[in-house]
Amino acid sequence: MLVYTVRRIIGAIPVLILASILTFVMIDVSGDPLAEVRMAQPPPSPEVLQQAEERLYLDRSMPERYWLWVTGIGGNGDIGLLQGEFGPSTQGPQYDIGSNIAERLWTTLRLIGAAMVFALGLAIISGVISALRQYSKLDYTLTFVGFLALAMPTFWFAGIMQAAGVKFNQLVGEQVFATIGDGRFRAQGEPLWDQFLNAFAHMALPTIVLMLISFASWSRYQRTSMLEVMNSDYVRLARAKGLRNHTVIRRHALRTALIPLTTVVAIGIAGIIDGAILTEVVFQWRGLGDFFITAVDNNDSYALMGWLLLSGVVVILANLIADLLYAVLDPRIRYE
Amino acid sequence: MSENATPGSARRDPAKKVKDSADRTQLQTIMIRFLRHRPAMISLIVLALIALFAFVGPFFWMWDHTVYREIPSNQPPGGVHPLGTSAAGHDVLGQLMRGAQQTLKVAFTVSLLSTIVGSMWGATAGYYGGRVDAFMMRVVDIFLIVPLLVAAAAIAGNTGAGASWYAIALIIAIFSWATIARVVRGVVLSLREQEFVEAARASGASAPWIIIRHLLPNAAGPIIVAATLLVAIAILAEAGMSFLGLGIQLPDISLGQMIGSARTAVSTRPWLFYPPGVLLVLICLTINFIGDGLRDALDPRQTRVRR
Amino acid sequence: MTTEYMNEEHTAGADPEDVVLEVDHLSVTFPSDDGPLPAVREVSYRLRRGEALGIVGESGSGKSVTSMAIMGLLPKNAQVRGSARLMGQEIIGLSDKEISKVRGQKIAMIFQDPLTSLNPVYTIGYQIAEAVLAHKKVSKKAAMDRALELLEIVGIPSPQQRLKQYPHELSGGMRQRVVIAIAMANEPDVIIADEPTTALDVTVQAQVLDALQRARRETGAALVLITHDLGVVAGQVERVGVMYAGRIVEMGPVEEVFYRPRMPYALGLLGSLPRLDGDRSERLTPILGSPPSLRDLPVGCGFAPRCPLARERCHEEEPRLVLTNGDTDRAAAQEGDTTVHTAACHFSDELVGAEATDLFRPTAVDTEGVGSVEELETAESSVAEAREEYREESKAVSESATEGSTEPEVLLRATDLVKHFPIRSKGLLRRKVGEVQAVSGISLDLREKETLALVGESGCGKSTTARLLLNLIKLTSGEVSYMGRPLQGLSDRQMRPLRKDLQLVFQDPFASLDPRMTVSDIIAEPMRIHGRGNGDAKDRVKELLDLVGLNPEHGSRYPHEFSGGQRQRIGVARALSLNPKVLVLDEPVSALDVSIQAGVINLLEDLQEELGLSYLFVSHDLSVVKHIADRVAVMYLGKMVETATTEQLFSAPAHPYTQALISAIPLPDPVKERTRERIIVTGDIPSPANPPSGCRFRTRCPKFANVLSDAQRTKCVEEPPELMDRGTGHRDACHYSEVVELI
Repeated sequence: MLVYTVRRIIGAIPVLILASILTFVMIDVSGDPLAEVRMAQPPPSPEVLQQAEERLYLDRSMPERYWLWVTGIGGNGDIGLLQGEFGPSTQGPQYDIGSNIAERLWTTLRLIGAAMVFALGLAIISGVISALRQYSKLDYTLTFVGFLALAMPTFWFAGIMQAAGVKFNQLVGEQVFATIGDGRFRAQGEPLWDQFLNAFAHMALPTIVLMLISFASWSRYQRTSMLEVMNSDYVRLARAKGLRNHTVIRRHALRTALIPLTTVVAIGIAGIIDGAILTEVVFQWRGLGDFFITAVDNNDSYALMGWLLLSGVVVILANLIADLLYAVLDPRIRYE
Repeated sequence: MSENATPGSARRDPAKKVKDSADRTQLQTIMIRFLRHRPAMISLIVLALIALFAFVGPFFWMWDHTVYREIPSNQPPGGVHPLGTSAAGHDVLGQLMRGAQQTLKVAFTVSLLSTIVGSMWGATAGYYGGRVDAFMMRVVDIFLIVPLLVAAAAIAGNTGAGASWYAIALIIAIFSWATIARVVRGVVLSLREQEFVEAARASGASAPWIIIRHLLPNAAGPIIVAATLLVAIAILAEAGMSFLGLGIQLPDISLGQMIGSARTAVSTRPWLFYPPGVLLVLICLTINFIGDGLRDALDPRQTRVRR
Repeated sequence: MTTEYMNEEHTAGADPEDVVLEVDHLSVTFPSDDGPLPAVREVSYRLRRGEALGIVGESGSGKSVTSMAIMGLLPKNAQVRGSARLMGQEIIGLSDKEISKVRGQKIAMIFQDPLTSLNPVYTIGYQIAEAVLAHKKVSKKAAMDRALELLEIVGIPSPQQRLKQYPHELSGGMRQRVVIAIAMANEPDVIIADEPTTALDVTVQAQVLDALQRARRETGAALVLITHDLGVVAGQVERVGVMYAGRIVEMGPVEEVFYRPRMPYALGLLGSLPRLDGDRSERLTPILGSPPSLRDLPVGCGFAPRCPLARERCHEEEPRLVLTNGDTDRAAAQEGDTTVHTAACHFSDELVGAEATDLFRPTAVDTEGVGSVEELETAESSVAEAREEYREESKAVSESATEGSTEPEVLLRATDLVKHFPIRSKGLLRRKVGEVQAVSGISLDLREKETLALVGESGCGKSTTARLLLNLIKLTSGEVSYMGRPLQGLSDRQMRPLRKDLQLVFQDPFASLDPRMTVSDIIAEPMRIHGRGNGDAKDRVKELLDLVGLNPEHGSRYPHEFSGGQRQRIGVARALSLNPKVLVLDEPVSALDVSIQAGVINLLEDLQEELGLSYLFVSHDLSVVKHIADRVAVMYLGKMVETATTEQLFSAPAHPYTQALISAIPLPDPVKERTRERIIVTGDIPSPANPPSGCRFRTRCPKFANVLSDAQRTKCVEEPPELMDRGTGHRDACHYSEVVELI
């Protein structure tokens, strides 16, 4: 198991390197961080431009810049991923990309984590019910809900939920759902229960929104996987042994039908990150979504690269965890 | 009397068990199966109507998506503006037609580009296997781990490509061909081991002959299904980008952008917020159902008796 | 006059205790888009305590569905009518709670595919103990102890260790024995075994059948053995029922049914079977037509459309299952007396003393599409014409090709073929971490107009050898030459002209034809590849279809419109399209039902004789090989262990492996099968990634285990035996070979 883990981690390294190259080249080629400065009226003096270029390392060639971005060797101490520095920002020398990301990471991960847990739980339940009641009214209803969820643009649904939250608050006459902001700063120093209530008020609606996309595809997948297992020989043999129906479903069908879901969930992370950005924008959270939008608006190349690489790392990590989990759940993998 | 015993009945009639399907060509069988899939058929009709609305509608409607001085701002639906007007003086119905048109154009272009690149990439990796496959699929992995919307938005925002719909389509395609490649590679990998491929090799067929005559035609089903589902994914990606202001830019319009600019007006001016959203959902929903119907029609093994 | 068999509803008979399972007018219908499918119709039988009953039938005859219905394991949409009483208790239509008490406790089942029957995520021990715990209130420890005991009974080596292992760590044969252990866990009264050995190799089949018999002895359970293999039935059961189109059409003591069949179908089945104890000169007799579609059953007897005896009455009235001896004693029948022989045929009296050849024609045309004898004759004559044309054409081709040269006797020669497949790591680098020694030094000659059979069990490298001979995969080392010209190292382009002469026919008729192409396109493809696709290709395709006994008008159809046997004929037509000299046939009939297999074998024999082809016939089925081959080469784990003429090999096998192989093949003859000498090998085939040192067979060799002295064994361990000629061209690779007579 340990060997397997180590092998998998080593196997992820080339992917990470390739991902960093792709990210860097894409962002570097696609835009000029100083575009706005150059277009400014009156035109900036050549010295100012040159200073800005030097500060952003734009005076160096692209391969050099990549090397610098990764290692930081030969830089001004503000660049080099391996040294924990993400590079200079166009948003001024005071703007530190690394600490900004770190500050907002928790906000976003909290949302993603909550949405994933709930989506997974609901998806398994509805997938199993759908499979066991195949072609029933309930199955068709759940299927339609799934298709609807898949077709729903996150941000639109978020807008509806936000409006609904406001309506609900007006109706109850109390601030049950906070429809704006992540509520991080208000919570500090208050009693635990209040903190929890506050967190719930802020998290509830965005979580429901973000949950929906993954729920739809996962529950469809769980249904298919469950149906397949229910038709398998070993489920038949389990019945032939004289096990009760519910035991067969729980012990033999569900247990094995869950295994392939781990991979699907890991692949779905990228989609959830997309959704999280949109959700955060609608609910005006100060998370990585906001960070991303600001970076794009400012042509902040290093910030974008850092952001993309970070999301890549999250997806790779998720896949790694899924692989290991798969090996734990499926004995056939361990001995390969 | 059994007809089989009557002398002179069709000599050596093969496979009497499948007599019904024997008279049909494969294409007809697929068509019939698709026609029987009710959600898919209804979806196809609805989608055709939406396309008509988006592409033919503008010829019959007096306002397009641009600002007109004579349009009063913030009019609720009714009268000469059946879906109301925006603050700046757009006719919402006109915007909706243009928005749907841009959305559909982007999505189908993405699907077409991705399918061409993705199936060639996937078929090559799958057919050659070994190290070629390992390397090519690692590249695919890289494209799969970057979140589609974010990456596309970053590039679009960075380049300011939003002025034209085809630039947006190209950018989305860059990050979505990998899914098709993965599907095709998987199919080709199993087809490659089929005996009919070996039979062709044993007769001296070359690699291109096998890929073009045997592998791609047999992978057509999964490719078509994946391409269809990709249309829906591309629509949502484009909508997301436009919503963030990084997709199609004013004065042009897309459905996502309409929702984006109306998002603070959900309760005050709902006629700006709901119509583009409903139209988006409708397009994606119909495409997903069509994809589902195609899957059932092209791959009958996946469907069991429907009751 | 005749008597209806078991037409009364109540449990009757002098000794009702004795009957453990009573199936009464059981019918199963599946709904489908095209109307109801009656898979099982009015099946009735009784099973006495401790008795073994065989149910035989071809695929789709309803034999498996019947037992699934009894077990209550059919999908919910199946409509089951009739009754099945287990120890007097009705078990059809029980609730989940009630049926769970019966399943596993009183009636147990063994399924066909051992590779999928066990849950991959639980240990063997857990899965056996689970069966015990489902019915007995014992501690988990006690259940595990019982599991251990059961593993010992079914003969699994080092059972203590196995308990903690997962299914994927066990071979197919071992897994099937685990399934048998699960079935006998609660000492049931009835065990239903559904094709328990179909997925296994013959030597392993013998072991598993042995375990099954031990399980019966241990538990005293009655056995229902469902199989398509008449040989397995002959040796394992006392009574046998033959199923056709969802009904039992004949039932009786196994000797009666095998030696004196009274239903034309049973007679036809026996006649279409190639036999190990048969003579090569006897031609097989396929049954006309194909089994009827369940959706579209004939009004009268289900077999009438294919029956040479059929008359007016057969098409109008479905015959009932009645006693064959004219005995009117109802009581005897109702008790399920094992001496009773029943058949469902209006004219069963006419079959007294009949031979298969009296009724059925040893034809080679596609019998599945033929409706009557007249049609058959027309078809046969057009086949003859097609052969004539083909012969002329290929003569023209070969004369121009080999003009002036003296034709060599040996067409294809292989010397020391070696093929190792690398095992690679899964990472990006795909490092080589080991190799599978698929073929380790095979030499053989294929002469003109002969059939050389390459025989062995799965993993012995026979298919790999066939592909090496055709240069379809690259040799690791060794030499292959065709008519003196070396093939190894030739590029695809250089190889292309030679491919005309060397063609391949595949095992799986469903995978070997491109489903998206018409039959014409499939047959014409080799001609197109060689630039001969235009002009008369269309006529040529028709001629080829005729040649293989198919209707030449069906070229525009797609493969899915044909049955397995017909597709196999299409595969042969494609291989013949370039006028080859050599056909490599890779298990060409092993995926087919026996009644269809016979026609394809006849076709292959005729084609060879009349077109002068050479066959390399790769097969695991010794009965077929004995019927078709001139010479045989036996392979084991990548090595050739014995080679001789067919006559020599079967009458005087010298290598212990060949002997074991021959003795493991069940004969469709109850008396011979029960009395013949058996050489049972133990264990499983070792992995070709890590073959044993010295003689590769020694780990399973009965001689090594029981006869040899320690000094002799050392030689087996250390020194790989060479293939040595023991005179008259009969060669074997055993240090201590000794001829034994087995048939």
